[in-house]
Amino acid sequence: MRRFKQNFLFLSGVAVSIFLTITYSHVQKTRTSSFVRIARNISTVKHTVAQNRNATLDSSQKVRVLCWVMTQPQNLQSRTQHVHATWGKRCDTILYMTSKNTDFPTIGLNVSEGRNQLYWKTIRAFQYIHKHHLDDADWFLKADDDTFVVIENLRHSLSKHSSEDPLYFGRRFRPFVAQGYMSGGAGYVLSKEALRRFVKGFADGLCTHTTELEDVGMGQCMEKMKVEMGDSRDVFGRQVFHPYPPGNYLVRQLRRQRPWYLIYDHYTPVEGPGCCSDFAISFHYINAVEMHTLEYYTYHLRPYGYKYRFNPDELK
Amino acid sequence: MMSEGSSFMKGMIFGGIFCLIMSFFETFNPGTHSEGHNHLHHHLKPVSKDELQKLSESQMSEFAMQVRVYCLIMVTPKLLVHWATANDTWSKHCDKSVFYTSEASKALDAVDLQEQDEWTRLRKAIQHAYENAGDLHWFFIARPTTFAIIENLKYLVLDKDPSQPFYIGHTEKSGELDYVEYDSGIVLSYEAMRRLMEVFKDEDKCPERGRALWKMSEEKQLATCLKYSGVFAENGEDAQGKGLFNKKSVSSLISDSISQNPGDVVEACCSDMAITFAGMSPSQIQVLMYGVYRLRPYGHDFHDSLTFLPPKDSDND
Repeated sequence: MRRFKQNFLFLSGVAVSIFLTITYSHVQKTRTSSFVRIARNISTVKHTVAQNRNATLDSSQKVRVLCWVMTQPQNLQSRTQHVHATWGKRCDTILYMTSKNTDFPTIGLNVSEGRNQLYWKTIRAFQYIHKHHLDDADWFLKADDDTFVVIENLRHSLSKHSSEDPLYFGRRFRPFVAQGYMSGGAGYVLSKEALRRFVKGFADGLCTHTTELEDVGMGQCMEKMKVEMGDSRDVFGRQVFHPYPPGNYLVRQLRRQRPWYLIYDHYTPVEGPGCCSDFAISFHYINAVEMHTLEYYTYHLRPYGYKYRFNPDELK
Repeated sequence: MMSEGSSFMKGMIFGGIFCLIMSFFETFNPGTHSEGHNHLHHHLKPVSKDELQKLSESQMSEFAMQVRVYCLIMVTPKLLVHWATANDTWSKHCDKSVFYTSEASKALDAVDLQEQDEWTRLRKAIQHAYENAGDLHWFFIARPTTFAIIENLKYLVLDKDPSQPFYIGHTEKSGELDYVEYDSGIVLSYEAMRRLMEVFKDEDKCPERGRALWKMSEEKQLATCLKYSGVFAENGEDAQGKGLFNKKSVSSLISDSISQNPGDVVEACCSDMAITFAGMSPSQIQVLMYGVYRLRPYGHDFHDSLTFLPPKDSDND
C-alpha cells in the first residue's frame, strides 16, 4: 500500500512538472510575439500619419476650405458617418447640414427634408455659413453625403486663384443657365467673394428661390451676381469633379447613346482613362463600401517605387 | 509524511529533467526541414526600410536586375473577358507575361497547351516557362480573375535570393499540407522551379495526371510535389503581419471590415503594399488600375529606394 502511494506521488510529481513547463513555455512564446508585433505596429502607423500631416499643414495655411455636407437624419448611419470616417475630417471646417440639430453633430436649418427642399437647404446653409464662419475659411465647398472628396487636390487646384475674386468651381454643365452651372452631386466650391455675393443677392432680392434644383438655382444666382465659372481641369484637360463613380467614366465603352451626364458636359467629354485626372477632386453616388474603397485607393494602396506618368511639377 | 513529500519532489525533478532533454532534442532534430524552417508557420515579409537604406547603389541595381518577373497567366476561352482585361492591364507590368490556354481562342493570342486537365496544364505551363525564362528568376502564376500589383511583388522578394527555393502566396492548410491558394497568385523562385522540373520526372511522387480515385486540386498537387523537393509554402505579409495576397475582392474585404472594424475600416482591412486581389469584375479592375497607379493626393511623396518605370503601351496607369 505504502509502495503504491509512493509511486503514485512520484508519477504525479512528474506529470505536474511537465505540465508546468509546457504552460510556462507557451505563455512565454505568445507574450513575446504579440508584444513585438504590437510595438512594430504602433511605430509604423505613427510614421505614416506624421508624413501626411506635414503635407496638409503646409497647404492649409494658404488655402483654408470649409466643407458643408447636405444630409438628412435618416442618412446619418448609412452615409454621413462614412463621410466623417474618411474625407470629412480633412477639411479645415466640416459642417453637416440637415433639417434638425443632432448629436452627430449636425446643424439644423429652418427647412424640411425632401428633394423639393434642396435649394432652400442650400440657401439657408450658405446664409448660416456666411453669418457664423465667413472668417474661418477662404473657400466654401458644398458636397452630398454620397460624394467622395480628395481635399488635398482641391487645395492644390484652388491655390492658383485668389479667394477675393468672384469664382465658382465644379463640373460645368451647359443646359438651363446661359453661362452654365456646376453639378451639385459632384460638389462645387465658392470663393469667399462668391459667397458674399450669393448672400447679398438673396438679401437684396436679386436672387430668389427660382427652382427646386439646387445646382441650377445656384448657377442662376451666380450668373446674376456676375460670379465667374472657373475651369478646374488639369494641365492635360482632364476633369477633376465627377458627378458619377469612377467606373462610369474610366471603362472604355462601345459606341452607344451617350448618357445624360456626358451630354450635359460643357467641355467635350472624354471616355476611358483620359476622363479623369490623377489629382481628381470628387466622385458622386458613392455608397459606404465605395467610400472606404476610394479612401484605400487614394491614401493607402500604392505601387512601390512606381514613377507616375503624370508629374505636372516636372513639366515646368 | 516526509517520505511521501520526497517521493513527490523526486517526481517533479525527474519531470523537469525529462522536459529539458526533450527540448534539446527538438532544436537539434533537422527532420526533413531545411535550415531556417524550424517554426510551424512560415511567414515572409519584405525587407525593412532601414535595411534598404543601408544598401549601396551597385547593390540596388543588382537587386533591380534580380527581381524581374515572368508571369504565367492560365486562361481558358470561357474567361475571355477577364483574359482580355488581364492582357490590357496588370500583365503589362510583368517583365515577361505569357498566357497559357486550354484551347486556342480566335480573339487573343496565347500558348495553346491543348489540355483540359487543370493540373497537367499547370505542369506544361511551368515547363514551358522554365525553358523560356531567359535571365528572369522569379515566376508568378495567376488566373485572369486575379489582379496583381507586380511592383509590390518585386518589393516583397527584393532581398530574397532566387537561387534559394521560395514558394510564396496566401497559405492555407489542408491536413498536414501547407499550400498556396491559387486564386491569390503563386510566386516561385528559380530554384523552386528547377526542383519542380526534377520532381516532375517522378511519376510516383508527382504524377502527371492525378490518380482517378484521389483527385486533388492543382494547387494542392503543386504543394505536394514541392514538398517532396523540400520546398515549403510561405505566407506573404507586410511588416504589420497583414496578408499581401488576397483571395477576395477589394469591396468584399472592405465590406467585411465595415462590419468587424467600423472605427478603423481601411487600417484594419488591407495592406498599403497589397500584391493581389481576386474575384473582381473587369470594370472594377479598370477602377483598381486607376486607383493604384494614378489617383493620389497631391503632395504625398514616398522616398522609395527603387524606381519602376511605367510600361510602354498602356494608358490607365
